[in-house]
Amino acid sequence: MKHSKGSPPELSRRAFLGGGALLVGFTLMPGRLLAQAPREAKGGGDVGLPKALGADPALESWIRIDADGAITVFTGKAELGQGIRTALIQVAAEELSVTPADITLVTADTGRTPNESFTAGSQSMQESGTAILHAAAQVRAILLGLAAERLGLPAERLTIANAAVTAPGGGSLGFGELVADGGLREATARPGTALKPVADYTVIGQGVRRIDIPAKVTGGPAYVQDLRLPGMVHARVVRPPSPSARLRGVDTGEVERMPGVVGVHRDGDYLAVVAEREWQAITASRALASAAVWDERPSLPDENDIFDTLLGLRSEDTVIHDRRLAGTGAAGGGRRLSAEFRRGYQIHGSIGPSCAVGLFEDGGMTVWSHAQGMFPLRAALVEMLGLPEDRVRCIHVEGSGCYGHNGADDAGADAALLARAFPGRPVRVQWMREDEHAWEPFGPAMVSRASGSVGRDGGIADLTYEVWSNAHSTRPGGAGALMPAWHLAQPFEPDPPKPIPQPAGGGDRNAIPLYAIPNARIVHHFLPEMPLRVSALRGLGAYMNVFSLESFMDELAREAGTDPVEFRLRHLDDPRARDVVTLAAERFGWSAARLPSGHGRGFGFARYKNLAAYCAVAVEVMVARETGATRLLRAVAAIDSGQAVNPDGIRNQTEGGIIQSASWTLMERARFDRTRVTSLDWSGYPILRFDQVPESVDVHVIDRPGSPFLGTGEAAQGPTAGAIANAVADATGARLRELPLTSDRVKAAIGV
Amino acid sequence: MITLSVNGRDHQIDADPATPLLYVLRDDLHLNAAKFGCGLGQCGSCMVLADGLPVVSCVTPVVALEGRRIRTVEGLGGADDPGPVQRAFIDEQAAQCGYCIPGFIISAQALLERTPSPSDAEIRTALKPNLCRCGTHIRILRAVRRAADAMRTSVAANPGGEGGQ
Repeated sequence: MKHSKGSPPELSRRAFLGGGALLVGFTLMPGRLLAQAPREAKGGGDVGLPKALGADPALESWIRIDADGAITVFTGKAELGQGIRTALIQVAAEELSVTPADITLVTADTGRTPNESFTAGSQSMQESGTAILHAAAQVRAILLGLAAERLGLPAERLTIANAAVTAPGGGSLGFGELVADGGLREATARPGTALKPVADYTVIGQGVRRIDIPAKVTGGPAYVQDLRLPGMVHARVVRPPSPSARLRGVDTGEVERMPGVVGVHRDGDYLAVVAEREWQAITASRALASAAVWDERPSLPDENDIFDTLLGLRSEDTVIHDRRLAGTGAAGGGRRLSAEFRRGYQIHGSIGPSCAVGLFEDGGMTVWSHAQGMFPLRAALVEMLGLPEDRVRCIHVEGSGCYGHNGADDAGADAALLARAFPGRPVRVQWMREDEHAWEPFGPAMVSRASGSVGRDGGIADLTYEVWSNAHSTRPGGAGALMPAWHLAQPFEPDPPKPIPQPAGGGDRNAIPLYAIPNARIVHHFLPEMPLRVSALRGLGAYMNVFSLESFMDELAREAGTDPVEFRLRHLDDPRARDVVTLAAERFGWSAARLPSGHGRGFGFARYKNLAAYCAVAVEVMVARETGATRLLRAVAAIDSGQAVNPDGIRNQTEGGIIQSASWTLMERARFDRTRVTSLDWSGYPILRFDQVPESVDVHVIDRPGSPFLGTGEAAQGPTAGAIANAVADATGARLRELPLTSDRVKAAIGV
Repeated sequence: MITLSVNGRDHQIDADPATPLLYVLRDDLHLNAAKFGCGLGQCGSCMVLADGLPVVSCVTPVVALEGRRIRTVEGLGGADDPGPVQRAFIDEQAAQCGYCIPGFIISAQALLERTPSPSDAEIRTALKPNLCRCGTHIRILRAVRRAADAMRTSVAANPGGEGGQ
């Protein structure tokens, strides 16, 4: 159902913002600027402006200054624990010449912020950061212009600092005074922003402390899980025990009489219970699960044949890179090497299972959610609920780190369905641990094959690389992207999955190595049919492709008889790529010197998506021969994310990426039988614990003042996996090509 | 009615005695720091101190804690006056999403109250029950070492003063 664009925003504002009591009770929401009307990207955009700003060029969509001088910055991106709040505030503070503490930042909210779609793909700094940088610079120019008029002086003679514009003689006007007459209203961003000279930066480039950490370490309200709205009730959904299970019947009478139960809601195979108190909801949901009778059937593939199953599926094949240099054909190459790599399903595994709060009143639905895209979630909810767009508002509130498309959107759908079923009271839906493990979309299982040879000159003569993969994004989308909507009496079907096109790519992300190779052919085999539910997991296909290609680079280097780092440098023309490789190797102390028995060193490199951050990782591992257990001992990384806004934030994200990727690479595999997902908790799906944490992880940031922001969050996933596999090969002499590199597999490979 | 001592105050709790402490803390006392993570005692997000020892509040019935001195992260300090462990986590910027961090702070507090100068291995062992998915581990280790130093210095400077709280 579409709502006409021309209708006034009044309805939705009154519905959502009029109820002051509710909002006052919600301490996470800043009290200011409730009058900000929804603004949506209209597509297209002005040439000469950053894309997001061109799509929504009204400056007050991004920056508002109140008559009292209060500054509020709006972003369509969301804090996911990556520290984006702090970095975006730094960007705005820099161009406005104020301190970070002067700025309040409002994040993704369909009622208040620009539509910046998903917070994903390590793109928040490129997209929102660049938009805010330009918007703030234009606001700065307007403030100077207004002051020049008022003071009767040319703008060039004025200085801007401490939220005021000052004349040489000492006369000063605060930002609030300058805009009190509405000087920013109707102001539109124009191409040709005059940005502050990089040499004058005092806030960008500083390791400003994260603004969200104090509340998080002292029990302040910080997460959607911490929302306590007046009259709020608690819900639990009783999920089907397996993906294709159907609800044959359920006697709800006994559950409905349990203490505190507000009601049981059934809609087809969708079953949930709502209670006054959280523990009552949990107890009732357990009773409801016992009362429900499900018909299950084996609909999952055989876990032991999963890679053959994938290879047997219908594929849509695209040659994404094909380069043949005359006179350098394979004839010049030596022995041909071939290898097949595999990656099992892996989960996002948020420590806090998904949660959302929904409120349906006066015909309007509000959902507080930690999903990555509030505007896409709203579009999906609009379709699922059959409500007009201006009757649905989605507000981002932080959750536990997500690392991609986990259960967050689905929990938002649960909250909306149950809020509609129990109108007038906020309904908080908290998934249980097994819900998240079983129902979140997994990172896809993948297969890749590489073959290539080394020429007489000692360089790679040719390379063929093919990758088979399901989709890496099944995000909303329509209502069919919301898992709860599959179970309704009138279900919504998922849209057919689509591959993400190059150059970013999905399953083929980073399938084209950055190395200069005279003859290379890269093929993406996109598999539309999904045996298990999958979607975006940090890095998408880059994790597997960089693991495969960096492993194969070492195989080729060995064939060439060349040191792996030297071999990589030999094939890298891009000076920024060479710089991260050289720096990581140098700081690691890379050498050919013998390591203690059972130890190995390994190297990995990629430029994320071939267009974002450059990241090189060197590691040392220790493999226990008797058990096959591999421990990452130390890691040294170098990363170039362009202009570094917050170097400590870049380090924090990269350290985290390395450790998370080490956990994926050494331990993680989602399990299932022919009917059910069977890895339902942290014993069935172990992740890295403190006794396996490396001794040290050192990240060196290469700052590139004045160059574009390149993003950081996903850059380390692939290089770390490649480096660990190469280190295991160095330690044991055995090349492992199937992720994860579990102790059983290592033990089998080294033949103990 | 169950009488529960939390952060130095007694509370009368009207709840099913089998209710895990976590839900009493969050829903009755409106405390945020202890988090629901797994409900199985596997991840440590819900940890609190009971008589100085870390307890997974998601699986501990409230009735079992009557008469014991419960401390949560809120009891260690606030954003304006953080305790030494909290201060160390801020100083080391030892959080990404931060969801697991209160549990780590509890494990660290319990360790440092009984072992003021822990070895690296002792710290790792004490933190093993807690899971972090963002990979903040190296900073968490640094924060615990920093907190240990700060707490020893403070005791040395003020030997007659109140240790802990």
